[in-house]
Amino acid sequence: MSTSTTLEAPKTGTWDGGNEPLKASYGKLMMWFFLLSDAFTFGALLIVYGLSRHSHLPYTGSPDDFTFSTEWWPIPEKVFNAFPGFHGVDLPLAFVALMTMILILSSVTMVLAVEAGHRMDKNDVQKWLMWTILFGSIFLGCQAWEWAHFISGTDEGMLLADGTRIFGANLTMNQYGPPLFADLFFFITGFHGTHVFSGVVLLIMVFINTVNGVYHKRGHYEMVEKVGLYWHFVDLVWVFVFTFFYLI
Amino acid sequence: MAAHSDHSNDLHQTGEIPKAQTKVIWKTFFILVALTAVEFLFAFTMDAGTLRNAIFIILTIFKAFYIVAEFMHLKHESKALIWSILIPMALVIWLMVALISEGSYYFDSIRNYFN
Repeated sequence: MSTSTTLEAPKTGTWDGGNEPLKASYGKLMMWFFLLSDAFTFGALLIVYGLSRHSHLPYTGSPDDFTFSTEWWPIPEKVFNAFPGFHGVDLPLAFVALMTMILILSSVTMVLAVEAGHRMDKNDVQKWLMWTILFGSIFLGCQAWEWAHFISGTDEGMLLADGTRIFGANLTMNQYGPPLFADLFFFITGFHGTHVFSGVVLLIMVFINTVNGVYHKRGHYEMVEKVGLYWHFVDLVWVFVFTFFYLI
Repeated sequence: MAAHSDHSNDLHQTGEIPKAQTKVIWKTFFILVALTAVEFLFAFTMDAGTLRNAIFIILTIFKAFYIVAEFMHLKHESKALIWSILIPMALVIWLMVALISEGSYYFDSIRNYFN
């Protein structure tokens, strides 16, 4: 085998690589197909969630009389009603609404960074990437608080048949409902949170490269676009997690 | 909006940076916020049930459309790329609906068999 590299003329014929039916670069195309496969993974998690929910009884009484019990699946508004700094106040879904807003906003700043990249505006790319990193980090912080609260539980806890009370949640037992409820909460929001974390790491790498002028020298900001695709996908997954876990 | 895959002009660009075109981006943002607000409105004013769940799912699909089409720019890609993403996704959604509706019956029958 020859070890030397030879310069070849670019292939331009239809059948030797000159045709580009999808009109997207290799990197962007592979990002799209990676995201498609990732959507399958989240789809599998949502199937398990739907199945588990179907196989447990729903709560049929009036929402005002609702109490936590392992007999039925909890109403999300009764589980996720805490807000940092408002201990004991019933604020259904307020915190998750804030988290949703933060993530949508981070998606917007990401598109603005991509848009600035098309204009080769290095300063704007830096600015909007910084905002995206900031919002992404705030979202992760919110999720950490949400988890901490979910694990430690409420003051009342859940009254068991033998008169004892359990507080908070772990993988085998929780105060909110059947064990699977907490398991799925940890798995689904945890898997999404891991994606957000990876996204923030990627954004920081791209930000450092932008500041160093790597993309400007390269002549295009396509890397910002590719990481942007990933970031929007994370937002997209949250839209579904939000609907299926917190609303329905 | 400019074509994403075409960077041929960027190399030779000197001096002036063109003005930002952000109108579509902010419009999409407000649509997403409005749809989320409507979801909360339904969550607090309507009793839980199949109809409310259907409304939530439809609104979620609208939100997904705006994120994928505008933010991820899929609407402005080539037809072949759009379909190569949408067709596998549609098949998976079919699989999800089938497994959630039929799978619970299957799961129950196995459980009853062992009980």
